[in-house]
Amino acid sequence: MLASAVVDNLLSAPVLAFVVAVIVTLVKGDIRLPDALYPMLSMYLLLAIGLKGGKGLAVADLGEVWKPLLASVALGILTPVVAYLALRRLGKLAVVDSAAIAAHYGSVSAVTFTVVLAFLEASNEPTEGFLAGLLAVLEIIGIVVALAIAQAHLSREGGGSGWGEALAEVLRGRSIVLLIAGLAIGLAAGPERLEPVDPLFVGLFPGLLTLFLIEMGTVAAQRVRDVREAGWRLVALAIAIPLVNGLLGAVAGSLAGLGVGGATVLATLAASASYIAAPAAVRIALPTAKPGLYITASLGVTFPFNIVIGIPIYYAMAKGLS
Amino acid sequence: MTTTQRQLVTIVAESVLRRRLIDDLHQLGATGYSISSTDGSGTGGRHTSDWEGQHIRVETIVRDDVADAILTHLAEHYFSNYAVVAWASTVRVARPAKFD
Repeated sequence: MLASAVVDNLLSAPVLAFVVAVIVTLVKGDIRLPDALYPMLSMYLLLAIGLKGGKGLAVADLGEVWKPLLASVALGILTPVVAYLALRRLGKLAVVDSAAIAAHYGSVSAVTFTVVLAFLEASNEPTEGFLAGLLAVLEIIGIVVALAIAQAHLSREGGGSGWGEALAEVLRGRSIVLLIAGLAIGLAAGPERLEPVDPLFVGLFPGLLTLFLIEMGTVAAQRVRDVREAGWRLVALAIAIPLVNGLLGAVAGSLAGLGVGGATVLATLAASASYIAAPAAVRIALPTAKPGLYITASLGVTFPFNIVIGIPIYYAMAKGLS
Repeated sequence: MTTTQRQLVTIVAESVLRRRLIDDLHQLGATGYSISSTDGSGTGGRHTSDWEGQHIRVETIVRDDVADAILTHLAEHYFSNYAVVAWASTVRVARPAKFD
């Protein structure tokens, strides 16, 4: 069952586009999209996810939302701690680097989220509409917890400007603002009034995601050289941490009463590593941490692993637990 | 036309520092600035661009003492941990009052 889910996922247009872009970039072919398209597509995806989540929230009743919300908060605290301990003890990394990478694993990747939604839709697995709301919660808490770990372990050194400013960077950053704007618009308008914009934000979604993943493939492939320098320990952990966190997410999802689809999404969120909000926050709060390590782990290893192999595994976990 | 000498301070930095640099410039006495996206490479390797923007190039025209204060501030707060280069050059401006 798992093997067929992996093949199904691999043969979906967005994932194939990603794989092709990685291969083309590795053999030095030029498949890059025009520069201006990248921010436009990210903006579109975040707004579309937000709208979808807002619509879901508009029709959900509080009774079914609070448990998954609580599960997300718990995951937001747990996943960076798991990552930190693994990186520190097994990876033998410095405190500051462990905390920096942990912030990435505590936070989430919105693109991985969109890929899992597309995967579940293709598998005819229904998902709860409000899941994008959980994305926003996890994105913020994970970073805060990891920075708090760093703060607790490091004596105040010069250079860093504390985590208040880093938090402000996350909250004011485009990714969170667009996501929350989408949620607010979706919630206020509701499904019926959003119908006129659905052709753009729902109908074109898989196609534009496919375009976006071409860009992601080229960006991830450019990290391959850094992966070799980062060492096998970090690479192994960048695969092991998502698997552990994914299992935690699947368990939390089913305990919170989510269906198989919802639990798969929560598992994928817990397993995913941020490469937009977290790097910016970490760069400000922990300037001495090495970007070569945290970007490489999250973007060079975990992101490709999750979208190609991880998602079907989390799906199998959620199914096994239901 | 009479012109007056001022200092043009140019800073190329990672885009994550955008807000901090703007705040710093205002506090140190700059009356305005221009900002643009840029790309390139340096001793730290190729600029890593993310979707929040690539590297930024901040330019501000200021009095000599403000230019010195800005460069000193950058050296103290950013040079050791961030990808930042900065330089000052003497320019002739037409409306000096705008930069005082």
